[in-house]
Amino acid sequence: MLGSGIIKGLAVTAKNFFGTYTKPEECMTTVSYPEEQAPIGEHYRSFPFLVCDDEEKPFDTMRCVSCTICEKECPPQCIYIVKSKDKKPDHVGKPQFYPVVFDIDTSVCMSCGICAEVCPFESIKMDKDFEIAATNRFEGLMLHRDTLLKPNSHYQKIRPTDAAVSDANLAQQKEAAAKKAAAAEAKKAAAAKAAAEAKKAETAEAPRADADKSSSSDA
Amino acid sequence: MGPQHPSTHGVFRMNVALDGETIVKLQPVFGYLHRNHEKLGENTGYLQSMPYTDRLDYLCAMTNNWAYALSVEKLAGFEVPERAEYLRIIMGELTRLVNHLCLVGFLFNDLGTSFTPLLYAFREREKILDLFEALSGSRMMVNYQRFGGCRVDPTPEWLDAVRAIVDRFPRFLDEYETMLTGNEILLARTQGVGPLSPELAINAGLTGPVLRATGVDYDIRKVDRYGIYDRFDFRVPLGDHGDTYDRYMLRILEMRETLKILQQALRDIPAGDIIAPKAKSRGLRPPAGEAYGRIEGPKGEIGFYLISDGSAQPYRYRVRPPSFVNLTVLEDMCIGTTIADAVVILGSIDIVLGEVDR
Amino acid sequence: MSSTAELLDHLRARFPDATLELVENPGPAAQHGLRLDHTSARLIATYLREDPAWQLDYCSNVSGVDWIDREETEKVTTTVTAEDGSTAEKVEKVTRTIPGYFEVVYHLYSMARKTSEPVILRLRTANRTDDTVVPSLTPVWRSCEFQEREVYDLYGVSFTDHPDLRRILMWDEFKDHPMRKDYVEPDDYEYEPTPHATVLERAAKHYPPASPAEEGSQS
Repeated sequence: MLGSGIIKGLAVTAKNFFGTYTKPEECMTTVSYPEEQAPIGEHYRSFPFLVCDDEEKPFDTMRCVSCTICEKECPPQCIYIVKSKDKKPDHVGKPQFYPVVFDIDTSVCMSCGICAEVCPFESIKMDKDFEIAATNRFEGLMLHRDTLLKPNSHYQKIRPTDAAVSDANLAQQKEAAAKKAAAAEAKKAAAAKAAAEAKKAETAEAPRADADKSSSSDA
Repeated sequence: MGPQHPSTHGVFRMNVALDGETIVKLQPVFGYLHRNHEKLGENTGYLQSMPYTDRLDYLCAMTNNWAYALSVEKLAGFEVPERAEYLRIIMGELTRLVNHLCLVGFLFNDLGTSFTPLLYAFREREKILDLFEALSGSRMMVNYQRFGGCRVDPTPEWLDAVRAIVDRFPRFLDEYETMLTGNEILLARTQGVGPLSPELAINAGLTGPVLRATGVDYDIRKVDRYGIYDRFDFRVPLGDHGDTYDRYMLRILEMRETLKILQQALRDIPAGDIIAPKAKSRGLRPPAGEAYGRIEGPKGEIGFYLISDGSAQPYRYRVRPPSFVNLTVLEDMCIGTTIADAVVILGSIDIVLGEVDR
Repeated sequence: MSSTAELLDHLRARFPDATLELVENPGPAAQHGLRLDHTSARLIATYLREDPAWQLDYCSNVSGVDWIDREETEKVTTTVTAEDGSTAEKVEKVTRTIPGYFEVVYHLYSMARKTSEPVILRLRTANRTDDTVVPSLTPVWRSCEFQEREVYDLYGVSFTDHPDLRRILMWDEFKDHPMRKDYVEPDDYEYEPTPHATVLERAAKHYPPASPAEEGSQS
């Protein structure tokens, strides 16, 4: 019958229309945005931010060492870094350079996430804030270092899984550094001790040889 | 006509000569969205071009990524781990669903149904895009593939979410077909409109559903067997007349085959690495040489032709865009039809101007 | 290699007058090419399309390549006979300039035989400046039509016997060919405060510092 196809189609739309009242959990797929928000996934990315460890002292605990890898790898070249002349200690206490200027031009940034991917210092990460606006097309969209710095707790909040991995990485680095420092310390101490003992041995050689013998037999 | 496309596919103009309402001559005019993508590719490193490929055909970012990654892997001689191959197939086939849903929805918009079929299609597409966002961070600009693998490993929950969508999808397709396929207006407007002969289609280099609608059995997934497509059991649907109705129907059938591939991939996906340990993305300097890699994108053959001179930037970076080549026969299909049909024919070729103009 | 070399031998036997050359690809992909001369290109292309053994009915990709002038250093060993009759070998480094040319690369497949490795044809122009003509293969494969127009537009290679050789991506009034390696971007700088040194340089060129006299007249 001519027109039966159209009637069938209209039946489908009618079913879906009434379904929004009778079975909203199945047929209602929209969310009215400003009042409600659809959940966003953990990996969602908007613009980059810089991580610091302590909210109170963002500058001192900044992780960035201004290696400029992100600046070079950024496809639209929206990152601009000026390296410092002096050094400040990083999270493991090693003196490192820091960025005097760290600008991200968000009018150019295309949120690809390559900067966060290539950063070896867990320093630049992708934010999730998408409700952003500026009143000025130029300066308003240019984010400077101090606006970009956000504490690690923020990162842990927006991406718990990734933050756990990066924290573990840093803890490992810190531990390794501590171990290295301890080892260096021990070496120093051992050297001093050896020197002292050598001095001692010079004065009394025979008893030391005895001691060595006894220790080896113990083993 | 234009440069605003009648159903906002992009900015595209057609110079049409008419006799009454019948088209006697038609010349497509491109370039309104030209960004010289290829020049950009020659002036940036290999990794930096990856997010730009998302923006070629912005509906199928995953397959663009895949084609580019495949070419670089050919150029540099990288292997891809098993799990990454499966992930690529899952992403590629989900992209095919997304693209075909968009096409069918927009085709009906071109026919004059104001948005109802489009929004039904977008409802399902949105669920897939949500998955892309949960995995890669962005709904459309995914930037997901890497040379020698993929960027993020999905969790088992994510794979379960894909399974749920794949299980639900046939029900949606049935509903959608009940709503549309038997519709008399659709039949009247598409059957016999813009037919194309297989000889012309081959000679004009058409690929993808537009070619298969003319009955030519050519699917690069079956021919090249790139990735691990030889392990999957699926049919290649073929058309009969090469008219607009066949092109519409072919996409619906392809979506059903895609679901088969997805079910097999989700059943068999192994655990393991997602990126080859030898492969390198940052600061890649492939050996001097050249490579052309191609895959069957949702719109047809998408290929990348790369020439390396051993430096960190490709000497030549060429995109073989399916939409662009498929437009070659637009005039042949449109001559003798009316203006209103030309809009539908253009819609059924399935172009994205980001890819045509690059 | 084997199939391209085979094809080359076959074509040499079949077209003894044509100048053919194997263009090797040193990379891991090993997709070797076949260089054709201008006079026999269309004849060979038609043959490859029609011949049942090859049936290359599908021309997938047409790309232009700009090969700029390059210098090649070669070690030349000459034997020098000294006055006393003894001979000595003298090694000299000779630098030659290989003049640049444009190349048009065609990637062919067979839909009838379902081949998965491309057959690559290459056409070269005589130079990069005045003689940039190659024969068009559009009469053989329709799919070349738009792609050859694109090569004409972006590289400035003219195709003889192309049915409709006009600019395709750039607008008709545009003068240069932007994909050439020596293309200079036009100075269309717009004011935009940005810290990037390259942009600032361009800005300085675009807005030369005003002379004091002009400044006086403005105020």
